[in-house]
Amino acid sequence: MDGDFTTARRAWNTLETNHRERLARASAITGGKVVDAADTVALLEAVIEPGDRVCIEGNNQKHADFLAKCLSQCSPERLHGLHIVQSNLALPAHLDVFERGIADRLDFCYSGPQGLRMGRLVDEGKIKLGAIHTYLELYSRYFCDLTPRVSFIAAEAADADGNLYTGANTEDTPAIVEATAFKSGILIAQVNRLVDRVPRVDVPGDWVSFVVQAPKPHYIEPIFTRDPAVISEVQILMAMMVIRGIYEEYGITRLNHGIGFDTAAIELILPTYAEDLGLKGKICQYLSVNPCPTLIPAIESGFIEGIHCAGSELGMEAYVSARSDVFFIGRDGTMRSNRIFCQLAGHYADLFIGSTLQIDLEGNSSTATLSRITGFGGAPNFGCESRGRRHASPGWLKAGREQPRPGTMPRGRKLVVQIVETFGDGMAPTFVERLDAWTLQERFGLPLPPVMVYGEDLTHIVTEEGIANLLLCETMEEREQAIRGVAGYTPVGLARDRAMVERLREKGAVRYPEDMGVDPRLATRDLLAARSIRDLVRWSGGLYDPPARFRNW
Amino acid sequence: MRPARHSYYEATARRRLAGLLDEGSFREYCPPTMRLTSPHLPALGVPVAFDDGVAVGEGRVQGRPVLVAAQEGGFMGGAVGEVHGAKITGLLERALDVRPDGVVLLLDTGGVRLHEANAGLIAMGEIQRAVLAVRHAGVSVIAAIGGRNGCYGGMSMVARSCDRIVMSEEGRLSISGPEVIETVEGIEEFDSQDRALVWRTMGGKHRRLLGEADALVPDDIGAFRTAIAGFLDRPRPITLDALMAEQARLAARLERFAGCRDGVEVWERLGVAEPKRVPDLGIDAFNALLPSPAEAAE
Amino acid sequence: MEHLEFDIAGWAGVNPARDHVLVGVVGSGNLEVMIERAELAGRCAVAIDTSIHGFAPTWRRVVEDFLARHRLGDVRVSINDGGATPAVVGLRLDQAAAEYTGGVR
Repeated sequence: MDGDFTTARRAWNTLETNHRERLARASAITGGKVVDAADTVALLEAVIEPGDRVCIEGNNQKHADFLAKCLSQCSPERLHGLHIVQSNLALPAHLDVFERGIADRLDFCYSGPQGLRMGRLVDEGKIKLGAIHTYLELYSRYFCDLTPRVSFIAAEAADADGNLYTGANTEDTPAIVEATAFKSGILIAQVNRLVDRVPRVDVPGDWVSFVVQAPKPHYIEPIFTRDPAVISEVQILMAMMVIRGIYEEYGITRLNHGIGFDTAAIELILPTYAEDLGLKGKICQYLSVNPCPTLIPAIESGFIEGIHCAGSELGMEAYVSARSDVFFIGRDGTMRSNRIFCQLAGHYADLFIGSTLQIDLEGNSSTATLSRITGFGGAPNFGCESRGRRHASPGWLKAGREQPRPGTMPRGRKLVVQIVETFGDGMAPTFVERLDAWTLQERFGLPLPPVMVYGEDLTHIVTEEGIANLLLCETMEEREQAIRGVAGYTPVGLARDRAMVERLREKGAVRYPEDMGVDPRLATRDLLAARSIRDLVRWSGGLYDPPARFRNW
Repeated sequence: MRPARHSYYEATARRRLAGLLDEGSFREYCPPTMRLTSPHLPALGVPVAFDDGVAVGEGRVQGRPVLVAAQEGGFMGGAVGEVHGAKITGLLERALDVRPDGVVLLLDTGGVRLHEANAGLIAMGEIQRAVLAVRHAGVSVIAAIGGRNGCYGGMSMVARSCDRIVMSEEGRLSISGPEVIETVEGIEEFDSQDRALVWRTMGGKHRRLLGEADALVPDDIGAFRTAIAGFLDRPRPITLDALMAEQARLAARLERFAGCRDGVEVWERLGVAEPKRVPDLGIDAFNALLPSPAEAAE
Repeated sequence: MEHLEFDIAGWAGVNPARDHVLVGVVGSGNLEVMIERAELAGRCAVAIDTSIHGFAPTWRRVVEDFLARHRLGDVRVSINDGGATPAVVGLRLDQAAAEYTGGVR
């Protein structure tokens, strides 16, 4: 036939046809979008097909926990061979589906406490592991080769048309919804409440297939709350060095703080130490970070102009709502978080700072522990050079000038900083000749050792001894000695070439507190703008409402 | 802005003493250079402290002579071992000789040091007896509670045997600790992780509303000092009549609050307006809830 | 528990502000340091009781660096350690030295 290039006719809308078939099967269970909680298992058995790719929404805060549990209760005769593509494995039900043979393939980002059991299921062959991703990678693959056929999401409220309100914990929902709804997938939302009218529409109802009101509200854990009461003098000393030796030095205004006591200490001495140095308005104005309660004093004292959040934090809702100049707030008055945008904003910021468990002599770092598979989460996308960046800032240009580069073309450089004590829990040295990640790679047959931040991305290491500026190291040998030069009394630190470290110190590749005008005797808890959760409540004018477990009043 | 307060809660025993006593007035008995350390801990492979976790001595508060003991809550949770207990008992017995304006006990303790079980229990009895002897001699004994460990176990009974108790809201006072109650009675009875509940049932505000603490002060060493100074040389009678009256009052209290499951219910029955707001009240607003000293005396 | 003793050459001519100082608290990850004046012909006698075994060479380096940093002599340095990291040990030693020599703010 003229003008016809195809040799065989094929249908181009099989996904859409299949989608209609699934909905037809569900019509025996519900006439509309709202499904009774008691019918959920039957619904899942009707709309999911063997071999489907399934996403169960879950991150370090909210989880579609009821739907996860229902999936684990489905019949393995009806549902089997599922391929789970989800960011966070945290609940027992997430692994029950593998134990019961409902699912057998897994692509994920982060497992945490379930990592031990997951390691066993991998050993037993019940989980065929695809890859361990960062959040951005996995969600990117949702729009490429890992698009879910069925996704479970968690929302705060829904109306009868399926319009969803995700409240302050929007987090990963938009990414999952977008990928599923526009590729003829089935989207099932678990909600805490059914309402006549949602306070704001975070997900339009016509993208949503079904809504189930869970018997219990989805569980949210306050994982970003760090009690100032347990911040140590050593952490305060390191925070002082970060402010003087990096933030002031490079004029860092846009940054991302990893979550931990080290970064909490930085946040809590902004209104004291940094204020006394006259740095207000010059550093730390825009952050990509969750609404950590330890940020309150810096916000209240006028340091911070804007914060975009990947998720929310329990107890911070009223405070965040009342600071709409700083946070991103909907017209309903609650925050809108979004993990993808927060990750992107952090990726293009001037600096990332976070902690790790092990650093080797090339500056590679890993949080892997030998017995379990934990994974990555978001740190690698924050903690890397942003090579696509084109806009300049003074700190970015300065870092670019410091870094030796072949050729004549000038470039800027993002700062990637690791802040660690030389010894961790149980006197385990942070600095090692060989990362445990290598052993983990062998044990689980991973294609690469699980490295959180690569040495080539890292620019600075801060320890209680001082700061190593890896940009100023011209050879791998200099880099190694600069790392040894701040590694304290660890075996790696004790094996330093003292003469070479002294030379590196002269050119600023190794700096000790006195080299940057930091007086260690000031490193006391008196420097903290808040020394307790109660102080944070006071700073917030009573708006911060900490969970009961953090109270001592 | 920064908290300019000298936090009592944060301070070590020795910093509390430095803030409580007139400058340069402290003379320590059995100082750390004497190395009167626990004879029991080394056998158990546990590190000792040169003062066995308590500093005792004499000094002045606003010019008035006192004897004082400060427990170090950071060492074994302030728990009382043999040497630790003997230092406190010896201090109290010295009060019978020197008759200061008061004996001040800065308590920060979980009670008996389990590693030294019998010796610790005996020490507790000796301290208790010495407190009563000192009071009988007409010398005021004042307890202060506002540290990390609160005041639990046998030392809670010692505290309640004193003339006065000064607390901050961070302070806790109870016989059994939250974890012990949960272990013995079950999480339905008491969830030790629910720290707000712990403070509603054991915290400084609750103890003040029940009349067990005589003053509730901000978490500030100076505030403790002022309150303690106000109670110097103001002994309470320790006669049979006074003890009978106290017994009757406690029996009536037991009946009045029977069935209460939470401090909030107790406060409601006490007639506190908006009892749910009590935990979030500032110290001044909280103290305004209480009857004036004149009313309280009736 | 491990008991360590080091006899280390010191510096002469240190005039302490006080006869003895006690800094820190023996707790998990923490330690107390006592520095006492002693007639030791300029030397430094160091005694350490620590709850963690096997770090004798590390302790020696930490203490030697400390004595050199503050040029101390004729002192008895006594430590009760609840498993502090060298970072915390160094901080406490420096605080003790500052109080001992009167260099405290």
